[in-house]
Amino acid sequence: MDDARIIRRRLSPRLWLAGGWLLLALLAAIFAPLIAPQDPLAQDLMLERLPPFWLDGAEPGYWLGTDSLGRDLFSRLIFGGRIAFIVAFAAAIAACLVGSTLGLIAGYFGGWADRIISRIVDIWMAFPPVLFAILLVAVLGTGLSSVILAIAIIDWTRFCRVIRAEAMGQSRMDYVENARIAGYGRIGIMLREVLPNVLPSIVALLSLEMGIAVIVEAILSFVNLSISTDDPTWGGIIAEGRLSIHQAWWVLVFPLITLILTVLSFSQFGEALKARFDPVLR
Amino acid sequence: MSACLEINNLSAVLANGQRVLRSVSLAVQPGEVRALVGESGAGKTMIGKAVLGVLPSSVRVVEGDMKLEGEDLGRLQPKARRTLIGARTALIPQDPLTALNPSRRIGPQMTDRLVRILGWSGDKADRRIRQLLDEVQIRDPDRVLRSYPHELSGGMRQRVLIAAAFAAEPRLIVADEPTTALDVTVQKQILLLIAELQREHGTAILFVTHDLGVVAKISQKVSVLYAGKVVEEADTTALFTAPQHPYTRALMAATPRYTDPLASLKPVDETVLRGLAAEIATADQAWRRPHG
Ligand SMILES: Nc1ncnc2c1ncn2[C@@H]1O[C@H](COP(=O)(O)OP(=O)(O)OP(=O)(O)O)[C@@H](O)[C@H]1O
Ligand SMILES: [Mg+2]
Repeated sequence: MDDARIIRRRLSPRLWLAGGWLLLALLAAIFAPLIAPQDPLAQDLMLERLPPFWLDGAEPGYWLGTDSLGRDLFSRLIFGGRIAFIVAFAAAIAACLVGSTLGLIAGYFGGWADRIISRIVDIWMAFPPVLFAILLVAVLGTGLSSVILAIAIIDWTRFCRVIRAEAMGQSRMDYVENARIAGYGRIGIMLREVLPNVLPSIVALLSLEMGIAVIVEAILSFVNLSISTDDPTWGGIIAEGRLSIHQAWWVLVFPLITLILTVLSFSQFGEALKARFDPVLR
Repeated sequence: MSACLEINNLSAVLANGQRVLRSVSLAVQPGEVRALVGESGAGKTMIGKAVLGVLPSSVRVVEGDMKLEGEDLGRLQPKARRTLIGARTALIPQDPLTALNPSRRIGPQMTDRLVRILGWSGDKADRRIRQLLDEVQIRDPDRVLRSYPHELSGGMRQRVLIAAAFAAEPRLIVADEPTTALDVTVQKQILLLIAELQREHGTAILFVTHDLGVVAKISQKVSVLYAGKVVEEADTTALFTAPQHPYTRALMAATPRYTDPLASLKPVDETVLRGLAAEIATADQAWRRPHG
């Protein structure tokens, strides 16, 4: 059994594949100005709808081809990654902080705290999330920070629900009672005894949420409600690609692949991390 | 000299008004082992929790008082009560797996309490823990201290918990069926270990069990509990030679002997139980009159 465990730890392909893709995409986004072969905003009508490098008519330096305005698709994708990652990290961390804190409090303290927090979550979840997001952005105005805010405002409940249930389960365990008998304070027990045991779930959810934030941001960009500047976003590129699907399928397909890979990687990475950090599963 | 633990007339009710403890009185003298015996649901765990201040929120104490080394727990501020209980008592729990935090290594888990609650230095706590691990016959303390709970066997975990319970030199230990969750082969070792440490450290123990065999082995005094009521209290030897209450006699008759394994199938005598039910009903009635 020990051997099986070790093998599973060493060869966790999904951890490495997902983590590898995310690292690659993140590095590309961070160093986009250095890596991008072209200016992502530069239009050149002479170069419009160039195909990707392996097809006839491709130009060197335009690896994934160009869109109908002659802008380099690859450069636009890695610049779009910047916004995707900023939104993913900021929105997921904000949702996580709020949701996990409230979930931990509701689950550990129970009673009134739990009743109030759970009721708020119920009300929140009654709204369909995508509609809620569009509504919020309409109210908050477009722009990076309102997209981040909208996602955090909607999705903290995901953390709250899961962490509440887990914290509640942990709080019934004898080790929590033991800590109480030993004389630890309530907040200390919540942070030192309960929190470490729900941390693997928080990490998994955080990663999952990053993927979700990427999708939501793409949807908002797709319906043109996200970032009002000209900065390329994956959702924006997909929206443009849809219009020229018959002349230049690559403008739609490559951002879609990028988006799906990234979202999948976030969720798989989270799961794999959880399995790795959970002392009992490990 | 005051008793280590003194419970007077303690009654507790559930939210629906049902009594789970019925005017319980018992005392544990310093250095003495008092067994608390009774069948499942009798309220043994409830008494232990009441003493340690961790009753579930659905259970409410409605009368009586508890004194820990002469200090009336009910009169203390919550904070002072916690500190007193933390410093003077410890629990050896029934389930050694859930009683340890699964995500923390054994070492920090054990020393933490000495350092943070009792204010010991890290070094002193570490030496103390190692000494105790030696006393509970753990031969590879380094490995154990580095392990997570799930990496140890049930017997090992219970040894760790026994060591942790004695480490802070409490005056009173509540042992709640400390061997029931263990393999039969380990049960005896653990029992012997508790008895040995108890003798060496002179710690008083409130030993909760449903097993009269265990009572005979480990305790000097016994309280027999039925439906939250102490029906008999005696020196252990006296109880076994001349049980007074019919329920105690019935319990003894129902206890399996090693020579007669089929005896374990025998339930406690019906008529005795009926008599008890009547006894409790009258007691409840008498109790309700002044308490509304
Ligand atoms: N959290 C709780 N809330 C309400 N009632 C409870 C709770 N825990 C136990 N009880 C009830 O209190 C009574 C006493 O339970 P207790 O756990 O003290 O019994 P016990 O003697 O320890 O039994 P066992 O040998 O099974 O451990 C039982 O009738 C039980 O149903
Ligand atoms: Mg019990």
